[in-house]
Amino acid sequence: MSYKGRFRVWRGDASGGALADFEVEVNEGEVVLDVLHRIQATQAPDLAVRWNCKAGKCGSCSAEIDGRPRLLCMTRMSVFDPGDVVTVTPMRTFPVLRDLVTDVSFNYAKAREVPSFTPPAGLAPGEYRMAQVDVERSQEFRKCIECFLCQDTCHVVRDHDENKGAFAGPRFLMRVAELEMHPLDVADRVPAAQDEHGLGRCNITKCCTEVCPEGIKITDNALIPMKERVADRRYDPLVWLGRTITRRRD
Amino acid sequence: MTEIERHDYDVLVIGAGGAGLRAAIEARERGLRTAIVCKSLFGKAHTVMAEGGCAAAMGNVNEHDSWQVHFRDTMRGGKFLNSWRMAELHAKEAPDRVWELETYGALFDRTPDGRISQRHFGGHTYPRLAHVGDRTGLELLRTLQQRIVALQQADHAETGDFEARLRVFAECTITELLTDPDAGTEHHGAVAGAFGYWRESGRHVQFSAPAVVLATGGIGKSFQVTSNSWEYTGDGHALALRAGASLIDMEFVQFHPTGMVWPPSVKGILVTEGVRGDGGVLRNSDGERFMFGYVPDVFKGQYAQSEDEADRWYDDQENNRRTPDLLPRDEVARAINTEVKEGRGSPHGGVYLDIASRMPADEIRRRLPSMYHQFKELADVDITAEQMEVGPTCHYVMGGIAVDPDTGQSRVPGLFAAGECAGGMHGSNRLGGNSLSDLLVFGRRAGLGAADYVAGLDRRPAVREADVAAAAAMTLAPFDAHPAGAGGENPYTLHAELQRVMNDLVGIIRTESEVVAALDRLAELRARVHDVVVEGHRQYNPGWHLTLDLRNMLMVSEAVASSALLRTESRGGHTREDHPGLDAEWRHRVLVTHCVRDGSGLGSGAAVVLRTAVEPAEREPMRPDLLALFDLSELEKYYTPAELAGHPDAGRSAALHPEGGTA
Repeated sequence: MSYKGRFRVWRGDASGGALADFEVEVNEGEVVLDVLHRIQATQAPDLAVRWNCKAGKCGSCSAEIDGRPRLLCMTRMSVFDPGDVVTVTPMRTFPVLRDLVTDVSFNYAKAREVPSFTPPAGLAPGEYRMAQVDVERSQEFRKCIECFLCQDTCHVVRDHDENKGAFAGPRFLMRVAELEMHPLDVADRVPAAQDEHGLGRCNITKCCTEVCPEGIKITDNALIPMKERVADRRYDPLVWLGRTITRRRD
Repeated sequence: MTEIERHDYDVLVIGAGGAGLRAAIEARERGLRTAIVCKSLFGKAHTVMAEGGCAAAMGNVNEHDSWQVHFRDTMRGGKFLNSWRMAELHAKEAPDRVWELETYGALFDRTPDGRISQRHFGGHTYPRLAHVGDRTGLELLRTLQQRIVALQQADHAETGDFEARLRVFAECTITELLTDPDAGTEHHGAVAGAFGYWRESGRHVQFSAPAVVLATGGIGKSFQVTSNSWEYTGDGHALALRAGASLIDMEFVQFHPTGMVWPPSVKGILVTEGVRGDGGVLRNSDGERFMFGYVPDVFKGQYAQSEDEADRWYDDQENNRRTPDLLPRDEVARAINTEVKEGRGSPHGGVYLDIASRMPADEIRRRLPSMYHQFKELADVDITAEQMEVGPTCHYVMGGIAVDPDTGQSRVPGLFAAGECAGGMHGSNRLGGNSLSDLLVFGRRAGLGAADYVAGLDRRPAVREADVAAAAAMTLAPFDAHPAGAGGENPYTLHAELQRVMNDLVGIIRTESEVVAALDRLAELRARVHDVVVEGHRQYNPGWHLTLDLRNMLMVSEAVASSALLRTESRGGHTREDHPGLDAEWRHRVLVTHCVRDGSGLGSGAAVVLRTAVEPAEREPMRPDLLALFDLSELEKYYTPAELAGHPDAGRSAALHPEGGTA
């Protein structure tokens, strides 16, 4: 069942690089990460690739395989023909550090900009009561393994560094939605979603949902409902009227 | 030498899994400037791999649960070798630690009345594991990560700097602890800091800190078939040894009974015990539920004897006994090993785990989504329709750094440890679900212990420049050209050989001759690691990183093998084919590993891998009120008569209490 597979792997650093060709043994049941590890062990010991769990649970080994954002550990070699040349490149949206490893600090900076869970005052630990049906909405988003493939694929920032300051990206807009839908969170997150995290820049092309290895319905279940809440608040004529009247009384 | 980046903190936490983050939260909340150093990105630690749940006797699903019942289960699971004080603190404090997570934003699965739901697990008398489907570890780690961010946001609001009091140094590896011989006790210099390198750039970094908390996890990457990630190279164990701390119980390594066995590239990946907790059963190639034949004497009477009783137990625990599929992990792993050896295994050398015939497909997908996903994606198996093939995989090390149960401090002043790298809590075998609760309870305690220690210091220990220079030289040695004729070893090859040695010779079943052979092979590998030549430069170079990690793996592997050789009995995660029974005279003895030095300290630079030595010592007897929580008749299976003289029932005919009724 083994065969010689042909791989093209991007090698280089911030100053530049190129695709390097490898011929390497591929065995039954292997994933792309196994093959990269074999290249490391036998041909290129300093080939830089990030990975951890090798089970699709930690989200470390994100890269692009034949141009598509994917986890290296969850892409089985059986999806290719033995004659295919498999091209592996680093995530394009983030600056390259070395080979397949990119600088993903953008994501950690964005994480800090989302105000944290805000529990109701006076609710003691152990007194939290929530119905399963109510926690499930946010639980879906908390399946996120922070592989940042959705951030990588999102066209708002892919090839548009200039948008990075004003846009949190699908992962962190989903974090806003997760907290907004948390049954006990008391913070109002709707205005900031639009004004600070750049929700309005998302035009729901669903690319993020498509690449999510956890199958989270990012667009349908997080981004669109958040957009609806923004629209309800900003553009609902009754709300507008109410707000106008209140303001007059002030 | 080039300029070394330097930082100064009150508390340095090494490791960003659950224990490290919980320790850092505590230290920061006590007002100390705290740094977290981790080998991977923030939020990728091995804790995310924990699936089944976090054990805490909240009594949400069965109100009879209590800390006493949890304590008893933990001691039984560990075959009474556990640090009883740790097991007591753990059982008492786990519920508060879980509830606290909800205040940080965690969203556990719920009971119908809105409380945290709890599931069955091996060795736990009552449904006890707080969980989120089968991704509990991810929820726990993400929650702690987000709590760290919340604290940084608070600091930002106050000072304008997110990192004013709490900073994460991600993708940074610590290679050596630094101590001050002029501070501390007569025998042990106090911790003064740590030395390491940035993985990204390869540049050196030195931390000064009067308190260091080790939370580096386990050692599984020294074994070939393992559920552990590459990070699990025993760094904390080895750092502690070299700094003068000791390890205990290193012979006890847990092989999780259910890892994937096919295809080869995923061999070892974990299949959660939650599959069995929720109703899945083990079968051999004859379709037989073989676990009924493997209930050991010490657990007789506590487990169901028929399939009917076992199946009724899921809904009615008061009138039925639990299924032997949920015996502690060491028992199940050995049973699977025997079934396969005797020819009743599955085609790929495992046994079958069947959930498909036990509940509707929708229910399986709802309760076990990541297992469904994992088998579908990696093995082309639909677990709602087919049986899984599973077999034992190296999962957890019970042994670890010897610490004070209450504060987490090792015998080196200022050096603390928590989580998997600390020893004692789990005795000879850890119960599933007790790891997540362990790292919360003792992560917090270590953070607290470190904070109190720092507050009590009248001067901060100082780092010696000579130690820094020696540590720096050690990390760069693999780049040096070797004398002609010296091998030019490949670190990946050495690592693969180490994994085979440990797997084949110090694995789930051990014998004297094989362990002796393993020690010889380890000596060979220790010599060969001198000859590793690293290709390329220092920037993000995995071959170099592995070479440095090998130092730790080899040191810890020697500790495991030497301990396994000395303990001539079988108990928990240590099975000696040549000494198959429990031996009460071994119960009260603990094997202690320490580092053997040539006297010249770190500066000698002579050995890449320092040697270890193992010596037996006596365990502290259990406090009488805790001992009295057990029936004398049960204790008699483990203890020598002399040790039980103080039990309230001693001398009387043992009165039998039904389990659950004595709390």
